[in-house]
Amino acid sequence: MTLTLTNARLVDPEAGTVADGSILVEGGVIAALGDIVPKGEVIDCGGKCLAPGIVDIGVKVGEPGERHKESYRTAGAAAAAGGVTTIVTRPDTRPVMDTPEALTFAMRRAAEAAPVNVLPMAALTKGFEGREMTEIGFLRDAGAVAFTDADRPVRDPRVLIRAMQYAAGLDALIVGHVQEPGLSAGACMTSGPFAAKLGLPSVSPVAERMQLERDIALIEMTGVRYHADQVTCAAGLAVLERAKASGLRLTAGTSVHHLTLNTFDVDDYRTFFKVKPPLRSEDDRMATVEALASGLIDIVCSMHTPQDEESKRLPFEEAASGAVGLETLLPAALQLYHAGHIDLPRLFRALSLNPARLLGLPCGRLSEGAPADLVLFDPDAPFVLDRSTLRSKSKNTPYDGRRMQGRVLRTLVGGKEVFAR
Amino acid sequence: MFPHRHLLGIEGLRPTEITTLLDLAETYAEANRAGRAPERVLAGLTQINMFFENSTRTQASFEIAGKRLGADVMNMAMQASSISKGETLIDTALTLNAMHPDLIVVRHPHSGAVNLLASKVNCAVLNAGDGRHEHPTQALLDALTIRRRKGRLHRLTVAICGDIAHSRVARSNMILLGLMENRVRLVGPRTLMPSGVDHMVAETTDDMREGLRDADVVMMLRLQKERMDGGFIPSEREYYHRFGLDAEKLSYARPDAIVMHPGPMNRGVEIDGLLADDINVSVIREQVEMGVAVRMAAMDLLARNLRAERGMA
Repeated sequence: MTLTLTNARLVDPEAGTVADGSILVEGGVIAALGDIVPKGEVIDCGGKCLAPGIVDIGVKVGEPGERHKESYRTAGAAAAAGGVTTIVTRPDTRPVMDTPEALTFAMRRAAEAAPVNVLPMAALTKGFEGREMTEIGFLRDAGAVAFTDADRPVRDPRVLIRAMQYAAGLDALIVGHVQEPGLSAGACMTSGPFAAKLGLPSVSPVAERMQLERDIALIEMTGVRYHADQVTCAAGLAVLERAKASGLRLTAGTSVHHLTLNTFDVDDYRTFFKVKPPLRSEDDRMATVEALASGLIDIVCSMHTPQDEESKRLPFEEAASGAVGLETLLPAALQLYHAGHIDLPRLFRALSLNPARLLGLPCGRLSEGAPADLVLFDPDAPFVLDRSTLRSKSKNTPYDGRRMQGRVLRTLVGGKEVFAR
Repeated sequence: MFPHRHLLGIEGLRPTEITTLLDLAETYAEANRAGRAPERVLAGLTQINMFFENSTRTQASFEIAGKRLGADVMNMAMQASSISKGETLIDTALTLNAMHPDLIVVRHPHSGAVNLLASKVNCAVLNAGDGRHEHPTQALLDALTIRRRKGRLHRLTVAICGDIAHSRVARSNMILLGLMENRVRLVGPRTLMPSGVDHMVAETTDDMREGLRDADVVMMLRLQKERMDGGFIPSEREYYHRFGLDAEKLSYARPDAIVMHPGPMNRGVEIDGLLADDINVSVIREQVEMGVAVRMAAMDLLARNLRAERGMA
């Protein structure tokens, strides 16, 4: 099938440019781009932005075990509506995704139900228990793109060293949640006067720094490829900067929630703002935004964590953590663009190009031969988010009722339209 | 010449001493195979086998070797002894010394324990394996097997594969084979590769095919299941998939490569059962056979030194 997307502003994260032009799609890949003669079906983009589809690393889907919270079908629909063309799923399902058999089942379900690409991450230790590593080789052969115990970091450094050594032998990627588990256990806010005022159990940002420093020491020792999924505070960033300067195979990500919300958002104990790690101070948020703009933070993801009403309709301390984000990732991230913190190509480096590079995927770029995974969006379109309109099964978004600017108009996966507004 | 009182490890031996021992072992191997009774060079000597760790095969091998040479052999089951009542190793050594044995064969689960014992007794001590440290007679019997099969013990490429970290066999072998100017490659998952081992041998890899490429000798190690509670590997099936020796992986070695294993084998874990039994490539049975000969040679040489020391030569 041949398709031409004309009259677009092409956001190219690789070249760092935004330029008027068109894209020719043939056989699911980008065949030509720039000033081209339209062929086949023609879509007029109306001068809106056309960028590589988002690769969202760290999405939780409820299958198996919590399908009432999110299924591959609903997550896929939410992703398509959010301009996310590849979702990378977390293994914190029930049961945990720690065997090739479970992984194969999930991938088959995903292929049947989701209109976007779905790539699974697998557990790093069996049952997330932090005692024995999983069958990293078999899981990788079955399709796992990375290994993580999600938000339950491996406590025992001996276990982690062995898992890292083994993963390094396979050049497998480990994704680590850098929160020292002893310090952060039970905490639901970042420590500070505001947490004290609300009387909520809190954790110091030092928990992030400690775990990051520990993991970096082990990366130095083992040479493993490692991605810190949530670096959210200034103390952690300083550690990250030193480690990156030393040439380790280390990348870092953060969630859009930590870039756009801060601890004050918790002021009325609304549990939609309870996320892991907890929202940080404004100083930490700004430091994280600057780190994103400078490239110190490589990746922005939604950290999509669907929770049903029953899990959230509880006192703040007892409520489940996490927020949905597939559909709000781009509009929320565009807040940083509108505030002048980051330009569009750099934003799409973090949303599309860098995660694709991290996972060795051919997508995430506007270049000939790349898959035609594309998002057409109007960065200026204003709207008020109504959580009831979200396509996710769970509606736990911290942006409910918020004024946002930037809407997805169309999403293409492999040249096929999977969403149109 | 073999100017040593004990055989505690390969470390400290010279190439000529190794050759002396192997040459003598060769004559014992021939005699054993021909069913000729050897000279009773240990007649009148008392040999005590002290095994602080179970090992039926090695113990039997030492027992047969001693008896064949005329020694009075006694086995002490150390797990059932006063050791389990709290006696220290030094106390045991002193008690033993008072009984005036001539040769003590010791296996101990802790590295260095045999050296400690040797320093406290007046007789000859043979190390039958101490912790992760050394297993000299195993390395010597492997060397003898290689020499018989390959016609030489130098300028060969030897791949030692598997659980290197927990293996005294690997350690003794890499010292011996390095000393004899062979090219030694260590192959295994990084979790089972001791840190700093790259200072001991030139090549290490976690890719079996790369490690086996053009090898003359493929030496498989037993996966120490009893030490696997530390989670060094994901599972036995994945270990077999990546590191277990099968015909396909072996095809990367030289066509005339031999396959060795110190036993006991975990079939389907570190080695394919059919391959282990294939007499065209597997020399595992011959290793066992050479074990008796090497132990006879070692005890013979130590007994000669002992007698010389006591003015009995």
